[in-house]
Amino acid sequence: MAAQEPESTQMTPAGVSRRGFLFTLGVGLNAVAATLLAIPVVGYVFSSFRRELASQSWIMLGALENFPENQTRLATYRNPYTRPWDGKTADIPCWVRRLTGEKFQVFAINCTHLGCPVRWFAESHLFMCPCHGGAFYEDGSHASGPPPRGLYLYEYKIEQSRLWVRGGRLPTLSEPL
Amino acid sequence: MLRKIALWIDERLRASELFASTAGHTVPASAGSWFYVFGSGTLFCFVLQIVTGICLAFVYVPSADEAYTSLEYLNYQQPLGWYLRALHYWGSNFMVGIMAIHMAQVFLFGAFKYPRELTWISGCVLLLLTLGMAFTGQIMRFDQDAYWGLGIGASIMGRTPFIGPNLVHLLLAGPIIAGETLSRFFTLHVFVIPGLLIALISLHLRLVLTKGINDYPVPGRKVRKETYAEEYQSLLKKEGVPFYPKAIDKDIVFVGVVILGILFCAAYFGPKGPQGVPDPTQIHAVPAPDFFFLWIYAALALLPPYMETFLLLSAPVVGIALLFALPFLSNTGEKSARRRPIAVLGVILVFLTLGTLTQMGTYAPWSPEMEAWSGNPTPAHYIQGRSPLELQGALVLQNKQCRNCHSLGGEGGLRGPALDGVATRLTREQLIRQVIQGGGNMPAYGKNLAPQEVTALVAFMETLRPVDVRAAHDSTK
Repeated sequence: MAAQEPESTQMTPAGVSRRGFLFTLGVGLNAVAATLLAIPVVGYVFSSFRRELASQSWIMLGALENFPENQTRLATYRNPYTRPWDGKTADIPCWVRRLTGEKFQVFAINCTHLGCPVRWFAESHLFMCPCHGGAFYEDGSHASGPPPRGLYLYEYKIEQSRLWVRGGRLPTLSEPL
Repeated sequence: MLRKIALWIDERLRASELFASTAGHTVPASAGSWFYVFGSGTLFCFVLQIVTGICLAFVYVPSADEAYTSLEYLNYQQPLGWYLRALHYWGSNFMVGIMAIHMAQVFLFGAFKYPRELTWISGCVLLLLTLGMAFTGQIMRFDQDAYWGLGIGASIMGRTPFIGPNLVHLLLAGPIIAGETLSRFFTLHVFVIPGLLIALISLHLRLVLTKGINDYPVPGRKVRKETYAEEYQSLLKKEGVPFYPKAIDKDIVFVGVVILGILFCAAYFGPKGPQGVPDPTQIHAVPAPDFFFLWIYAALALLPPYMETFLLLSAPVVGIALLFALPFLSNTGEKSARRRPIAVLGVILVFLTLGTLTQMGTYAPWSPEMEAWSGNPTPAHYIQGRSPLELQGALVLQNKQCRNCHSLGGEGGLRGPALDGVATRLTREQLIRQVIQGGGNMPAYGKNLAPQEVTALVAFMETLRPVDVRAAHDSTK
């Protein structure tokens, strides 16, 4: 228990005690400080709500001769959105289907149902998903099972007889590749 | 001398006073029941999780690059590392399990009714936080299951209208699963959620002290807002006992059994995983979640696609809202399960549903068996004495991955019907149509089979019937 301080009861001309003024000042000061602190913290944690289009960029998948016509092959690339401590997680696979000449279809590995890795079966020309049994035809269209659409397709281009795709994010239904 | 020191400390700390007013608070003698042990059981699991979790954090490296190596190190190099990992894993299983029993008991005993609404609601928040710990903990075991589990979480989030992509980004701490994702989940698992858990547990226990533990329900003794407080006080006066030392005995016994159970399971079954380096290019992964989320995994396979997104996004919201609203929907009246048949049926229904889905999740009949076509043998009696065409068909059936979804002789996928005896169900024409056009969850093979392959395949399938059962036939012919 602190002894009652005499000045606490002394009124200023405006009728406000010094203690009351200090308390109000303290609350106000802390409100300002809390706001100033919250802005960077919230901005830091919720930075995802700012659109980041830079996450997509062109990635080289390899020379054209690596992809024979009428075949579907697995290709992998190092994800452009990467940090030094990503380890193996930044190695992203995708399925490259070369039709003829410079006509390609590059599919994301992720099933359109819930993102599990689909596997290509060259004998039956089907992609099958191990999680909930989704299946896709060789052109990526939906064959059976729960997936709501066909496989996600990468945008691709051919430059200097190499195949490039535009990637960097995990494809989802609301934001495909 | 020791007593003197203890008294000296107590005079300053007043610990014995605090102890008498908390652990020694008065409870109805009827609350010293075996049904009332599950709350303290859950609490001690949490304490054990903190202890083993801190031990693991001494060694574990929360980096996408090195987490897996550090888990392997814990398993094989760090003395007793495997056992601490096993304790933490089994502790989580026990915690979720006992918490579920605690919740069912509290519901069946009407303990959520007036005046313990807030106790129930804080318990619901604890349930969600504990499940949050279970999910983030599964990610700490940074293996292929963790990697694709994150993908599944992101794919669900990605279905949210308007802000889906932002939520995915927020969950993964980036546009894709990478180094920062694990850091984010580590922070949640080790700082954020445990902090919230401790705060909510304090609130939960505080409410048990202020509003009293639920009196053992008696059929016919109804809760009335006007009289309940008075009745409870007179009950305490009549047959009240201090929780410590009079009503705590069964809790102590149960906690001991639980800890021994965890110690035993950890020693006998060992730690879980890690199962495979989290390298997405290892596309032969067959991801499956931990035990407590198997029912969600099953539900996701069985929901009709047209209502899937709607249910995925609305069911959790509705379910949680219902849980929170429960004490207000049924605020007074009968507490005893003997007079609340719908409540009893509800609990049975929930446990049956979760149990069935979990059980189905353990063998996932909806998933193709990816190696069945190359790995499973054709039963000998299906090939003996067959014509060359039929044998060719048996090869087609094998080589075209039919067995990934269809079993033969009990081996193969369960996605489609077993093909043993298919000739008794489908005629030759029906078989041809089914193979070429697909349908009923089967892809169309028309483009992927040469006509002679279809002929051979159907010829083989026509032989698939018991000798004493007639083949399916078209009665118009």
